[in-house]
Amino acid sequence: MNTSIRILDTALDPAALTETLLATGARDRGALVTFVGMVRDLIDDPVYALELEHYPGMTEKTLGDIVARVRSRWPLGDVLIAHRVGRLQPGDPIVFLGVTASHRIEAFNACQALMDYLKTEAPLWKKEVTPHGERWVEARDRDRVAAARWKTILEQQ
Amino acid sequence: MVEVRFFARLRESLGCTRLALELDEAITLGQLKARLAARGAPWQQALAQCAVLAAVNQEMADDSVLVQPGDEVALFPPATGG
Repeated sequence: MNTSIRILDTALDPAALTETLLATGARDRGALVTFVGMVRDLIDDPVYALELEHYPGMTEKTLGDIVARVRSRWPLGDVLIAHRVGRLQPGDPIVFLGVTASHRIEAFNACQALMDYLKTEAPLWKKEVTPHGERWVEARDRDRVAAARWKTILEQQ
Repeated sequence: MVEVRFFARLRESLGCTRLALELDEAITLGQLKARLAARGAPWQQALAQCAVLAAVNQEMADDSVLVQPGDEVALFPPATGG
């Protein structure tokens, strides 16, 4: 039952992170669910680069609090969260989430809940570098709605 | 003394990463924000945005939270990571 939270200013390697979750030797894990978020570059909304800023200390602490909240709802094995900061190019992985559990339902739910909480609560901010200049990304209502729906689910013990 | 840190859009619009504020006794976060706003028009405008969030000692805080000398205060926009 290990929780690992990593803020990285160098390339994030999803395959290597997945391997660390597979190689723990724990035999009671029947499921591993991972999520990788990547920098998007859309034809009608081009992005040359993304800059990610965080609040050193509070970002790690908030992610730890989120993991504790999700662990109190579902029995989980290991949880690994890695998040990039600094400058990224389209296609680069920004975030990796990996959750192991005895059963898949817990692992799927926990992974999605963690991601929805991370998006709205962890002090991390994106700035896009576009052909028209730089712009800070606005927080989205749909992310807040996605996070809010877990509140009821987490309270159903 | 209390340290105030600024992040992301707020940091850029204020041109300020951190500042030290004289503080002899506890005040509320709302009072602290009012003191920052009194530094001039750019501060007043930046802090008047409804989307300015705050943390005291790295815990999310609303305007009623007391700030003690020695605390770390941070002001920032809503999170957009992931």
